[in-house]
Amino acid sequence: MIVEIGHYALILSLVLALVQSVVPVVGAARRDPRLMAVAGPTALFQFLFVGLAFAALTWAYVVSDFSVYNVVANSHSQKPLIFKISGVWGNHEGSMLLWVTILALFGALVALFSRNLPPTLRANVLAVQAWVGVAFLTFILLTSNPFERLDKPPFEGQDLNPILQDVGLAIHPPLLYLGYVGCSVAFAFAVAALIEGRIDAAWARWVRPWTLGAWIFLTLGIAMGSYWAYYELGWGGWWFWDPVENASLMPWLVATALLHSAIVMEKREALKVWTVLMAILAFALSLLGTFLVRSGVLTSVHAFATDPARGVFILGILTLFVGGSLALYAARASLLTQGGIFAPISREGALVLNNLFLTAACAAVLIGTLYPLLVEATTGGKISVGEPFFNLTFGPLVLPLLLLLPLGPFLAWKRGDVLAVAQRLWLAFALAIVAVAVAFYLKHGGPVLAPFGAGLAAWIMLGAIAEPMTRAKFGKEPLATSARRLFGLPRSTFGTALAHFGVGMMVLGIVSEGAWKVERILVMKPGETVELGGYGVTFEGTVPRKGPNYQDQVGKFVVSDGGTVVARLESAKRLFTARQMPTSEVALETRGLFSQIYIALGEAQDSGGWSVRMYWKPLVLLIWLGALVMSIGGFVSLSDRRLRVGAPKPARAAAALAAAE
Amino acid sequence: MSRLARLLAALVVLLGLAAPAFAVKPDEMLADPAMEARARAISTELRCLVCQNESIDDSNAPLARDLRLLVRERLTAGDSDRQVLDYLVDKYGEFVLLRPVFSLRNALLWLGPFLVLAIGGLVIVSKIRRRPAAPAAAAGGLTADEQRALDELMKNG
Repeated sequence: MIVEIGHYALILSLVLALVQSVVPVVGAARRDPRLMAVAGPTALFQFLFVGLAFAALTWAYVVSDFSVYNVVANSHSQKPLIFKISGVWGNHEGSMLLWVTILALFGALVALFSRNLPPTLRANVLAVQAWVGVAFLTFILLTSNPFERLDKPPFEGQDLNPILQDVGLAIHPPLLYLGYVGCSVAFAFAVAALIEGRIDAAWARWVRPWTLGAWIFLTLGIAMGSYWAYYELGWGGWWFWDPVENASLMPWLVATALLHSAIVMEKREALKVWTVLMAILAFALSLLGTFLVRSGVLTSVHAFATDPARGVFILGILTLFVGGSLALYAARASLLTQGGIFAPISREGALVLNNLFLTAACAAVLIGTLYPLLVEATTGGKISVGEPFFNLTFGPLVLPLLLLLPLGPFLAWKRGDVLAVAQRLWLAFALAIVAVAVAFYLKHGGPVLAPFGAGLAAWIMLGAIAEPMTRAKFGKEPLATSARRLFGLPRSTFGTALAHFGVGMMVLGIVSEGAWKVERILVMKPGETVELGGYGVTFEGTVPRKGPNYQDQVGKFVVSDGGTVVARLESAKRLFTARQMPTSEVALETRGLFSQIYIALGEAQDSGGWSVRMYWKPLVLLIWLGALVMSIGGFVSLSDRRLRVGAPKPARAAAALAAAE
Repeated sequence: MSRLARLLAALVVLLGLAAPAFAVKPDEMLADPAMEARARAISTELRCLVCQNESIDDSNAPLARDLRLLVRERLTAGDSDRQVLDYLVDKYGEFVLLRPVFSLRNALLWLGPFLVLAIGGLVIVSKIRRRPAAPAAAAGGLTADEQRALDELMKNG
């Protein structure tokens, strides 16, 4: 019964979305406040009903209702509760339901926090949100119904794919979807602005918090997925340039560009046309990612062609929204007047360069991801595009961006002075050179370019610290005065500094992991010891162990440093009994603050030993901690008073109204 | 396609990803460290043909193992790195290369990203050229914008 209620609620939310997608637009065109007022309540109730549908499916999973096909295919009665819940989105139908739930959530949030928006803009924004909702709700109801019942329910489910039974992967999709779908708000604002043919600095101020929020979740989601791949797949890689990963990287790159160009628009009313384009592209790439992952087109163009129902539907949605919004853009963009002018060397100029390189880097990822599909579809030939390609294209496009990154925040608006910037940054630059020298001294023998990479990371981090310090006039005024000034700086300054510092951390982690990792692949017999990155690792043998829905073969290892035992580790091969599928549970030991010992247990050998794969990964944690610091920077920026959603305006407006009466 | 078949297809794809966590195995490795290093470097350039975008160095699929052994066999036989790659392309086609060759067909792939950069750069330069230079600081007075920026600075400072 509850399952049917869920299904019914989903249909109701489609009806609400249909109303929300038509009535407010008509209202906005006719300037009819009653019609426009429909948008808010429909958005809230749409979320209520989609949420109800989502809760109903979750309930079916929690109580293991095996009369529902989706639960049978992806769950098991013995599974721990957290994975019963995460199983809801660990499959196609459920993940699409999560997608529309988050979309409706954003719609409801916009409805709640946009009361100070001009009424026509608000009506149009909510209507555009509803267009997306209608498309995806129809998709779910027609091709991917998660509430389908079985006539003869089995006694037991087929279990969730074992590699998905992991805490990291349980929270990865919701984070990523919050990011993907969060981009829809900026998109809705862009399309609404194009419909009205009017856009100003206030628009950028309204859009920025939503973009920032989406960007934070995208950053966290991608980092989470990367860390999951690192510890779960067993060979210690953290980025594979897999199309699925690329699908999440592309919206991130464009959202990053959008965040920066929206600053220019907010402060200087320039780059309007460009910012609107970025807002459209960020969501277009999110849709593309959904299409790539959900249609099966990645496995092969042919697989897509033989089972096209879903793929063609999403492709239709993609074409409609991307094509439609770009056509609207082409038709209306000329109406958006350009604002403030600026010299090439200025803060604006630096942000334009930032956008140029980010867009080109995104183009590298896009072309690399789609080209094989294009070649196969047009010529029938098959090519592969992998890591070596991206290293040669994405790398050179991102490098100048990283090199110039510390300069941007120091340049003045309108007209910058390179000499003045150099005067303020010389210390950071000198210290970065010292970092190169230190890296050379510590790590002679590694790749020659690696110390320069470490220097680049130091340059970015020091530059990020230098900016608020300079603004507070450290070294120019008494310490107490500077400290007071520092605390008085707007939060967004710290947000920027933190985010840029995080980039530097990540670069350092990537360089160090790539250049100075140590790998040992060998057969070990119990009692044997090998050297790894200065530590001794002893294999003590294996023991079997039984878990709730799996069977482990646990390898026991002892890590010693100069004779003293520093850690006892367990690395397991795990066999999930329902699907007879093995996974690896690697041993991770963090040494220092950021470096890790990584041990994966392989197969038993005829000789009586076990094959073992071990890594010493210096500073590897900085890769993900860098991403974490970047998103913390985002949060700090978001908390800036100037950006807070729903600024104190309504109160004043209400007061003015009251006074008028 | 029936639901079962679809499920099976999905399973096959995932199996390639989730099989026991092992790529290069100890028994495959060559005794000569220099040659083994070459084999590893070549392996990262070759695609495991049955996997989704994995190199044979990373993949656990049996085919990847066969290819790894083949690479080492050719190296031991005295092939250069180039010859090993050519041999595999002859045998499996261009699909096996993770770094696509630079050909007419792939020209847009390799040059596309840089074209985007170049076109974007040109557009920016032309915009700057067409526009009057930023107004020089007028002697004796600030523009409204500058005054506002100044006010903001004073306020934040």
